[in-house]
Amino acid sequence: MKYLDEYRSEALARKLVAELHRVVTKPWVLMEVCGGQTHTIVKYGIDHLLPPQVELVHGPGCPVCVTSLEMIDKAHAIARRPDVIFCSFGDMLRVPGSEVDLLVLKSRGADVRVVYSPIDCLKIARANPDKKVVFFAIGFETTAPGNAMAVWQARQQGIKNFSVLVSHVLVPPSITSILQSPLNRVQGFLGPGHVCTVMGYREYEPIAERYRVPIVITGFEPLDILQGTLMAVRQLEAGTATVENQYRRVVQREGNRVAQRLVNQVFEVCDRKWRGVGSIPKSGYKLRYEFRDHDAERIFEVREIDTKEPAICISGMVLKGIKKPHDCPAFGKQCTPEHPLGATMVSAEGACAAYYAYGRHLQPHPDEPARRTDAA
Amino acid sequence: MCLAIPGKLIDITEDPNGVRMGRANFGGIVKQVCLEYTPEVNPGDYVLVHVGFALNKVDEEEAERTYKLLQEMDQLQELDVPSVEEPFGVTPGSTSP
Ligand code: SF4
Repeated sequence: MKYLDEYRSEALARKLVAELHRVVTKPWVLMEVCGGQTHTIVKYGIDHLLPPQVELVHGPGCPVCVTSLEMIDKAHAIARRPDVIFCSFGDMLRVPGSEVDLLVLKSRGADVRVVYSPIDCLKIARANPDKKVVFFAIGFETTAPGNAMAVWQARQQGIKNFSVLVSHVLVPPSITSILQSPLNRVQGFLGPGHVCTVMGYREYEPIAERYRVPIVITGFEPLDILQGTLMAVRQLEAGTATVENQYRRVVQREGNRVAQRLVNQVFEVCDRKWRGVGSIPKSGYKLRYEFRDHDAERIFEVREIDTKEPAICISGMVLKGIKKPHDCPAFGKQCTPEHPLGATMVSAEGACAAYYAYGRHLQPHPDEPARRTDAA
Repeated sequence: MCLAIPGKLIDITEDPNGVRMGRANFGGIVKQVCLEYTPEVNPGDYVLVHVGFALNKVDEEEAERTYKLLQEMDQLQELDVPSVEEPFGVTPGSTSP
């Protein structure tokens, strides 16, 4: 229990763990959806504190990780152009495309800039009227309001040299696709707290009902995760399957309506390819037709690009909760955060990178024969 | 990257295009944030900020806790990215978040 020392509310954490031990009677598999939650779980070793019957598997909730290789290669093709200033969040810089990453392109002379906010790109565009400023708009629903506002303002203010390369992804369809997989092991979810800050959680209710899975909207602190896990396990033991809100101090059922309205004005739902997973119907946002003048994919007409992922990488199965990083022969060997081979190693929030950051590649494969046989 | 970081709202302004903006203090780092999605907030309130946009109002205790956790998890690097047109990106402030 050495990890418990790091808790700010150690006594409460102990209580929650004890309560989990008390209520659990059967083995259950829960998935935390959000990369921030994965990070907390691995950092504080929460998965090691849980009763052995409760297994946490790590979900697809890292937008950097799931941005498709095609999209990354498109970004690189655009960033290479001499008339372009290519702007991105910092965590996309080191994500490898088929050939290079943005950092390498920058070192070769491409004008690649890291921005804090998409709004900053508008300022860059105004200051560089002779250049085309392109922003790599990735992210889940949490990031969509910011990206939508940048596009909206560009149109309002007539900033014609600003466009976005959109690769937005949505959580509910990804959860649904995991549940529909014949290999699925997930019986309940810890829902993504900050995504639901924007979107609320009404759209999770039909999923819980249809697939008979409890979904507990959960925060990011160790105590949140423990409490969310307890709420989900209680439901599983009782045979109920509803959406509950552990993160009540931040999330409301309706979400942020003002933000949702602008997101819906600028974006529409589209099919989206996820790195390591493949195409998921209606799982992304693209720009609406009215905003086509700010659509980098249309402006630059990047042709379809042939991409190839390393054959050894099982990140697709990691993202679906079917495998863990330790199951990958390359984990911590050929594949490290310095030389990532696949989706879940490219960003600190990916499961493989989180496991690596907290030294789990130095630990032996967790010996869990009972769980591992039903995984196959 | 989906994490939102809590900050204390210092003031509210309108940019030249009529966009509701404000300055928020994140543990001493002051940044511009867009307040269009949080019409209800006032200076002194704590807001949850993601990529420069306030998404929600939170109470002080929540803000404090979340900030400390993010700090502990080394998840605050994005605050080090200078905002465009702020000469050094950060302005040291005196109040804590
Ligand atoms: S360790 Fe690397 S190669 Fe293996 S699944 Fe994770 S990302 Fe893929």
